[in-house]
Amino acid sequence: MSDAVLEAPVLEAPVLEAGELTRHYQVRGQGLFGKPATVHALDGASFTLTPGRTLAVVGESGCGKSTLARLLTMIEPPTSGRLVIDGLDLTKAGKAERAALRRTVQIVFQDPYGSLNPRQRVGDILAEPLKINTDLTADQRRQRVVEIMDQVGLRREFFDRYPHMFSGGQRQRIAIARALMLDPRILVLDEPVSALDVSIQAQVLNLLADLQERLQLAYLFISHDLSVVRHIADEVMVMYLGRPVEHAPRDALFGNPRHPYTRALLSATPSADPDQRRQRIRLSGELPSPLNPPPGCPFHPRCPLANERCHQEIPAALDVPGHGLAACHAVEEGRDG
Amino acid sequence: MSASAETTATAETEGAPPRRQALADFWFYFSENRGAVGGLVLVVLLILMAIGADLIAPHDPTQQFRDHLLIPPAWQEGGTWAFPLGTDAVGRDLMSRLIHGARFSLFVGLIVVSISLTVGISLGLMAGYFRGWVEAAIMRVMDVILAFPSLLLALVLVAILGPGLVNAMIAIAVVLQPHFVRLTRAQVLSVAAQDYVTASRTVGAGPLRLMVITILPNCMPPLIVQATLSFSTAILDAAALGFLGLGAQPPTPEWGTMLAEAREFITRAWWVVTFPGLAILVTVLAFNLMGDGLRDALDPKLKRT
Repeated sequence: MSDAVLEAPVLEAPVLEAGELTRHYQVRGQGLFGKPATVHALDGASFTLTPGRTLAVVGESGCGKSTLARLLTMIEPPTSGRLVIDGLDLTKAGKAERAALRRTVQIVFQDPYGSLNPRQRVGDILAEPLKINTDLTADQRRQRVVEIMDQVGLRREFFDRYPHMFSGGQRQRIAIARALMLDPRILVLDEPVSALDVSIQAQVLNLLADLQERLQLAYLFISHDLSVVRHIADEVMVMYLGRPVEHAPRDALFGNPRHPYTRALLSATPSADPDQRRQRIRLSGELPSPLNPPPGCPFHPRCPLANERCHQEIPAALDVPGHGLAACHAVEEGRDG
Repeated sequence: MSASAETTATAETEGAPPRRQALADFWFYFSENRGAVGGLVLVVLLILMAIGADLIAPHDPTQQFRDHLLIPPAWQEGGTWAFPLGTDAVGRDLMSRLIHGARFSLFVGLIVVSISLTVGISLGLMAGYFRGWVEAAIMRVMDVILAFPSLLLALVLVAILGPGLVNAMIAIAVVLQPHFVRLTRAQVLSVAAQDYVTASRTVGAGPLRLMVITILPNCMPPLIVQATLSFSTAILDAAALGFLGLGAQPPTPEWGTMLAEAREFITRAWWVVTFPGLAILVTVLAFNLMGDGLRDALDPKLKRT
């Protein structure tokens, strides 16, 4: 498989297409007779993933990043919307097709201490995907595991060890190796380095970049660390309260952010260069509850550019020429200066 | 219990250092608790006594020495070393009966705990894993069982099933059941939320694999503790049922039954009630001490840092 991919041009057909992906949760209301409420965890996200490229998803806690990861990895079904993976529409796929698609999308979690079963040896953890999904014999499985361990920079002696004997960085390598066991085409990286030391972060990011180049993987990189995103992303999608507010190529987004939320987010990133100190945009107020999102643009209560229209009308993601997509009335009307 | 046996086995066969390390850690914490070590020693002695009962016991436990009714213990006036702890009202050697009684008590404990553990783990796993109506159904039934005073419920069950040691064991197993189910469910709930379970799910692990291979091994430590503590509860309940005439039937040398038979001689011959009572006390105490030590050593929430 990988050979065929390597010969293909760099920009090829998307391996995943998400259209208006939405996930709502029903929660019970307060008290015995409280009204049930709906959490709008993810409200209409559309994007594509292309082999060999990285889409970074950024936003503060509770903006739907992790929900997105759970939908893509088929841990949960979307409430509505379209999810096409490898040409197969997931919402219409049968059970067998779903099982086949699982192999295509794999995930690496944030916490390397919680994502490895403490009672399994590294070898068993890595062989489990093969055991479930293939007919390989134990010897073949072992061979394959050792191969992948080599690829992610784990020594063969680690095969019989338990996760508690490893550092965070090594554990994250094990988690990455597990995600690679089934030759996936898409990796969902749910804040893969935010639990690691900065020096280890760089190692793991380099490993991820290497693997992407070698295996032509499509990455969905979830993070709240903008400096990491700037380093690894090809495209960036900024989310606010379950909705993508801006979606643009990395350089465009970091160089010329359009949405007021993106601007605020970028201005909050500390910079090591004292001459380049930009004016910090301070947002007032709290992130509204996804239980009860404000009417109109979800960002309007905190937005410095909000006007009457923003209070009533939900902005659609519109194409900004030479930039990308932004969902903002102010940008659309040219009020953003 | 099976998990610790398995631990030893793998550590020995593969010589894997981590398991050995875990065992060493376990022993370190366990041995810090003097009471627990004492309990363990007593339990081992009891097990040896039960196994070798035929060799150790001076007489047949049911043989009646008609010339020696209610003989006091050897060190008392009128006692003889032929019957070190004296004889009961029909001339049976008390010491032999107590030694053989250990078999029944340990047997009861073993069977009851095995039943409750197996059924409890299965039900608890299902309740914690599937949630929804499965959980509601299982947990409500367990709540109903818990709502009855345990001995009363056991009495009712034995009354329905008919008196006898086997029926008493079944009744006690049913009564102890809810504790295992609740404990397992609580463990499953916390373990199932871990990322490694989600990771197994994303590679396509089915419910059975997730439950038995991924989740269950991480739920075991508190269950082992609960099993040990239930062992003593089972012995105590079996003795209570025996005392009420609903457990083991005479002439079985079961400790509770022995107490019941000796009740009318309590003022004349103190030894016929004291020694079976002491036997029950020591056994229950030993298991409880050992269980507490296990809890200290295995339960991470209580582990000292």
